[in-house]
Amino acid sequence: MLKTSLILCALFALASSIGSAQATVRVEPANLQGPRPLPDQTGEAAIRDYVQSWQSLSAAFAQNRTDLLDPAFVGTAKDKLAQTIQQQVTLGICTRYQDRSHDLQIIFYSPDGLSLELTDKVEYDVELLDHGRVKTTQHLSSRYVIVLTPAEVQWRVRVFQSAFE
Amino acid sequence: MSLPKAVEAGNAFSIQSTGSGRATLYIVGPEQVLKRDIRLGETTFFPSGSLYNAGRYLAVLTGDSSTESGSFDVIPAHKPVNLSFLARPSRLPVGLHDGITGAVYVFDAYHNLITVPTQVSFELSNPYGAVQKRVALTQDGAAWTAMDSTAQQGVDKFAARIGDVLSARVVIQVAGDPCGLKMSATKSGQALQLVTDPVRDCNGNAVPDGTIVTFTEAYSGGQSTVDVPLKRGIAEVQMAGHNGATISVASGVVLGNQIRWEK
Repeated sequence: MLKTSLILCALFALASSIGSAQATVRVEPANLQGPRPLPDQTGEAAIRDYVQSWQSLSAAFAQNRTDLLDPAFVGTAKDKLAQTIQQQVTLGICTRYQDRSHDLQIIFYSPDGLSLELTDKVEYDVELLDHGRVKTTQHLSSRYVIVLTPAEVQWRVRVFQSAFE
Repeated sequence: MSLPKAVEAGNAFSIQSTGSGRATLYIVGPEQVLKRDIRLGETTFFPSGSLYNAGRYLAVLTGDSSTESGSFDVIPAHKPVNLSFLARPSRLPVGLHDGITGAVYVFDAYHNLITVPTQVSFELSNPYGAVQKRVALTQDGAAWTAMDSTAQQGVDKFAARIGDVLSARVVIQVAGDPCGLKMSATKSGQALQLVTDPVRDCNGNAVPDGTIVTFTEAYSGGQSTVDVPLKRGIAEVQMAGHNGATISVASGVVLGNQIRWEK
């Protein structure tokens, strides 16, 4: 069952009906709370790493592989996403998320420099497959709240949560 | 299909469908997925604990001949249960304005970030009863504060609290730089015995033993320097005591008094 699900999802990942065009990224000027100034390079690196995390997420969910989350996610975010992938495997489904646009703003840089919070008004497509058969493709938009923490050479997503508006 | 607009994390909810026959209901999001076989036209109940991760979910209902979809939100539970509290530094000198900072993220029982504004109380207390308090409102789940390190050294408690949820950290405050460093000199045989008064910072805290005190004797044709660690709060040393020498004492960037020695 597990093996079948992985194979079907891997095939789907190769032959998805969702195009994989690069998402557009718009960055609003930072609206920081907190006393610590945010160096431009730090903000740019955090945003770059966050936007790349969508590719990790997309690949992990399309192929039902939790290990693909490792480069981009850590802590609670990684645990929750990995748990969802396990649920997909159990149910024989897989999903593919394709981000279309990001509208980002950094809103908090902690005084110790060990966490950074941003919001993202993101537009994305989600395609649902059950045992290899496409059930639907839908376009969604949502406002995400993201908390990033620094790892060895990059920022990783620690909190990844769609927030009700 | 009739979807709720929003469901609080962990709460029960239901979805009403129309039509007849059998269908499959999917609820999918990066945060969680569910799949149920249902009868069209009936209400599908999801008991407490079915959806507990906050996020936007896509609901898809697929029957023999049609597919219907919509989205809804799962919002964090209102009650804070976990505070992720980052306090820095864990050790610092006394008397620093805004020297201690704390940042807090507020989570519910399901580790969802509570994004509605929530009041957080910060408190820094020392063993002598001095307390500093600050109140901050979270913005998208985060709040921060800065506190002054107090005048007295010791082990302080730095806490963030929302209602009965508390997260505390230990902050060790140590004496600052020496203040009013003073030595005296007495003759000891052919040499000169130099000893400092008990070395304290500007708030009267004893500077820790091991702190280096430097004695310098400058005399005609030369200079000699001795580094001495504080022992039991004072530093002492014997130096040659040349006639007409100027002897000074310092610790780090702090200069003490000077003595001119005439035999």
